[in-house]
Amino acid sequence: MSLWYAICDALPLDILHWNFMKNAFLAVLLMTPLFGLMSTMIVTGKMSFFSDALGHSAFTGIAIGAIFGIASPTWVAVAFSAFFALLFSYVRHRSNQAADTLIGVFSSTAVALGIFIATFNGNSFTKYNKYLIGDILSVTPGEIGILGLILLAVVIFWVLFSNKMSLSSIHPQLASSRGVSVGITQAVFTTAIAIVVTLAISWVGLLILNSLMVLPGATSRNIAKNLKQYHLFSVVFALISGIAGLVLSYFLGVSAGASISLVMALFFAISFLFRKVGR
Amino acid sequence: MNIGSHGGSCGHSCCLRIEDLGVKIGNETILEKINLHAHCGELVALIGPNGAGKSTLIKSILGQQDYTGVISFSVPGQRNRKMKIGYVPQSPVFDPGDPVSVADLFCCCMSKRPVFLGASKKMRQTILECLSRVHGEDLINKRIGTLSGGELQRVLLALALEPIPNILILDEPLSGVDVEGMESLMEMLDEIRRDYDLSILMTTHDFGMLDRYADQVVLIDRGIICQGSPKDVLESKAFHAVFHRKGGGV
Repeated sequence: MSLWYAICDALPLDILHWNFMKNAFLAVLLMTPLFGLMSTMIVTGKMSFFSDALGHSAFTGIAIGAIFGIASPTWVAVAFSAFFALLFSYVRHRSNQAADTLIGVFSSTAVALGIFIATFNGNSFTKYNKYLIGDILSVTPGEIGILGLILLAVVIFWVLFSNKMSLSSIHPQLASSRGVSVGITQAVFTTAIAIVVTLAISWVGLLILNSLMVLPGATSRNIAKNLKQYHLFSVVFALISGIAGLVLSYFLGVSAGASISLVMALFFAISFLFRKVGR
Repeated sequence: MNIGSHGGSCGHSCCLRIEDLGVKIGNETILEKINLHAHCGELVALIGPNGAGKSTLIKSILGQQDYTGVISFSVPGQRNRKMKIGYVPQSPVFDPGDPVSVADLFCCCMSKRPVFLGASKKMRQTILECLSRVHGEDLINKRIGTLSGGELQRVLLALALEPIPNILILDEPLSGVDVEGMESLMEMLDEIRRDYDLSILMTTHDFGMLDRYADQVVLIDRGIICQGSPKDVLESKAFHAVFHRKGGGV
């Protein structure tokens, strides 16, 4: 981290004067490409609502962790989200209900359970507020290390599995006729989303987390002509929005997560105007 | 009914053999007593009303469905040859906004290099060679959601022909394709089976083309109820009984 601090100090930017801003800046540089990458597959796989539901289940996991007095409830939340994600996949494959109905069922149950546990025995809900709004400025060097490792893991995962995942979402039957285990591929990706969403919740907040999971991919989809452009644009949009949002939040004194989301939304609006039409 | 009476005997040509195949899902019998031989170079059309079990039979051959009975493939002079299957799924409707090009689709299926890096020069060359088999080189950069029904079928066909299979299976290749497209697709299939000596198994609801292109037509309704040359089957009592009773695209 000291190397990073030295680099920041060498830059003639007032905004990077405080250590918490240096931390937040590095976290944004690691987190936004991660969201950009995941977003491509979430949008292609029509999983936007699903990743939202996972955010809710992460909150429940955090409440469970807190009630049992576990020092860092995040890991309980990760385990709960992964369990929730796999349970959802299992039920979806065996139910004749539409996916959005099932997401509604799971999402509302998770939130209800989370609030139930959090307020059990007359406890106050206030201490959970930080998970709703999130605060990237509170990110610690240790957490940045974890973020870096997750980014590395997701990039490796992408290099190894993006062909199979893309084919599975483009045409599941064709994928399975070419030897791709569609069910396993989807379950692994689902678990990956669960882990990323849950870890990011304390920095970005449950209420706006999903916009970061959906907007980069949705923006890129408006203008990309092939999968290479789709991935590239999504990661670049996410990165630029992250930096611009953080700077904006510094000068306006607003939540960083919210301003990053709004910059992304602005990019979406612009890309919509330039969207590809027909061939 | 004489089974496998077309396209030469099993002794002289490679052959896909389906013997006494049955499929049960729960307590319901979906297929029973299916016996079918498809020789190399032969085009076999599977016809039948909706829900007759055509798709289940295809899934069984693809190994995606549990079944009883035997599915085997033999080549004269070679024992236990593993059959390579090329599969063209029923034409899906892609979202015109999908940022997936034809080249991307090939890369996902054929390349180990991650698709988000784009196709290598060598891969692009291979894709062009594959597309040339269906006269579709100009489609390589098009997005799959913008292809017409006929173009999409050709792309999926080119994909199924790499590597060249022993058996080519097509699920309703003529649905969603205009008359001109149908003609050129059947013409192409005819050319492919002769050039590569492979057998083609296709399901269809369009009977107009069968007389000219199919060697064998198999009418399925849970079991095989009629089998033979297109003329024999299309003029059979069984054919009229099935399609006039249930109404299935005549």
